[in-house]
Amino acid sequence: MTLRIVVCVKYVPVATGDRRFADDKTTDRESVDGLLSELDEYAVEQALRIAEASGDAAVTALTVAPDDAQDALRKALSMGVDQAVHVNDDDIHGTDAIGTSLILAKAIEQTGFDLVVCGMASTDGTMGVLPALLAERLGVPQATLLSEIAIEGDTVTGRRDGDAATEQLRAVLPAVVSVTDRSGEPRYPTFKGIMAAKKKKMRSLDLDDLGLDAAEVGLSGAWTKVEAVATRPPRTVGTIVKDEGEGGRQLATFLAEQKFV
Amino acid sequence: MGEILVLVDHAGGRIRKPALELLTLARRLGTPAAVVLGAGESAAAIAATAGEYGAAKVYVADASEFADYLVVPKVDALAQIAQAASPAAVLVTSTGEGKEVAARLALRMGSGLITDAVDVAPGDAGPVAAQSVFAASYTVTSTVTRGIPVITVKPNATGSEAAPAAGQVEQVTVAFSEAAAGTRVVSRTPRASSGRPELTDAEIVVSGGRGVAGPGGFSVVEELADALDAAVGASRAAVDAGWYPHTNQVGQTGKQVSPQLYIANGISGAIQHRAGMQTSKTIVAVNKDPEAPIFDLVDYGLVGDLFEVLPQLTAEVKARKA
Repeated sequence: MTLRIVVCVKYVPVATGDRRFADDKTTDRESVDGLLSELDEYAVEQALRIAEASGDAAVTALTVAPDDAQDALRKALSMGVDQAVHVNDDDIHGTDAIGTSLILAKAIEQTGFDLVVCGMASTDGTMGVLPALLAERLGVPQATLLSEIAIEGDTVTGRRDGDAATEQLRAVLPAVVSVTDRSGEPRYPTFKGIMAAKKKKMRSLDLDDLGLDAAEVGLSGAWTKVEAVATRPPRTVGTIVKDEGEGGRQLATFLAEQKFV
Repeated sequence: MGEILVLVDHAGGRIRKPALELLTLARRLGTPAAVVLGAGESAAAIAATAGEYGAAKVYVADASEFADYLVVPKVDALAQIAQAASPAAVLVTSTGEGKEVAARLALRMGSGLITDAVDVAPGDAGPVAAQSVFAASYTVTSTVTRGIPVITVKPNATGSEAAPAAGQVEQVTVAFSEAAAGTRVVSRTPRASSGRPELTDAEIVVSGGRGVAGPGGFSVVEELADALDAAVGASRAAVDAGWYPHTNQVGQTGKQVSPQLYIANGISGAIQHRAGMQTSKTIVAVNKDPEAPIFDLVDYGLVGDLFEVLPQLTAEVKARKA
């Protein structure tokens, strides 16, 4: 039986760019350059390694996003993913994490899956809750925040580095997993991979295709509301001192003035 | 005012500092009610501490499922307690696990979810949560518009203050869902204690980066940390190089810290790192490179060799404290 792997990826604004909010207080995804979230590259990498180890697997990259996100899917395809699914619909604009998990879950069910692989969090929203939400919606186990992962037969095992302890996890497929940036360096697309990606299938779906109503998603369907966004006041420029041999003692004086010593 | 459910984070039989902060914060919003899950024999002591910090009621549930399986048993317990108590909000500490528990709980209850709050205040239509986003360059305030608000709050978002309340214990027997046994925790190795404060809880954090130039170089960082009774942090560059454990990594994919004082040593200040420490109250940097972007953030910057500066600073701090 072919192992069906779906890897969820997100197209995010470049972190070193001028990330900001649009007038409707959603993340501005138009005037800021985007790319495949760095943390999702680790998910693509682990999906590919699992597929290679199994010998009989099909990997689908899935995203929910506007047009530009094709770049993220194209990157995943050029790394070696077999096919891509792009859920794209104007009514999705402004959807919150819980709504996004609804759309992703429907698309995953429609694609068919044994294993869903996610990154540990997005680099823009940074919530890190999508994998857990998907497990809840799909009614399958979650084995998340893994720094090591292995599939043997119908079982996934892995190491989760938690806040207070390291845990070894085990769950039976189908399952949702997320992997950290400690799971293994993502590969670079090769020239051959980039050329091959151009011929791979990219399927586009809208809300109708998924049997979803526009009222369930989008800004108006969100269960949370952003009341205000404000740029953080710039930090007041501090004192910069060059060490002339007394720097450590001068710094101690500063710390004492601030009552830290 | 309604009950505010607080999921109490505990480890090694002790209540963790962020739980005390959550109870303190919950008092602004309503009547705190603590939820203590899987604490075994320590439950009574943890419940008593929760009472000291304002919990009028403490729901206690114990079962092997909490330790044996991942996340879902806690979701089952919270959902059951919330259904009976109809709280005005649920607060959970923003850890990896805390956020996963909160997310599944919110979905199950049909409630909106806000994560990583750095402040929560009462509002006309329920709690108003503040988040620090895009590497702390923006502050976003949000409300939950549907269901019982589920909010995860970052450690150090507020201080903790005792305010003794009844702390009346109510034992709860949880009817676990079929999903509860989905992911088995085969083994658990508690993190070895360094004897230093927890990174996310610490009042002062002293960090080292690429400029520390090797695992041995961290000794000067640790000596300063110990003189200041501080936690030790490391940049991703230092962790990736294998110089310091990943559990101490400060940054977007490590710990996000918000101490009173952050001292960055040999850290250039890449966006990855800034995302993890930019909300620190006072920032100090020591770096050889006067052009390092970290100097844009500092209250006090010292351009110099950390191997000269830190030992001198450590000696001076010790002398002043003596």
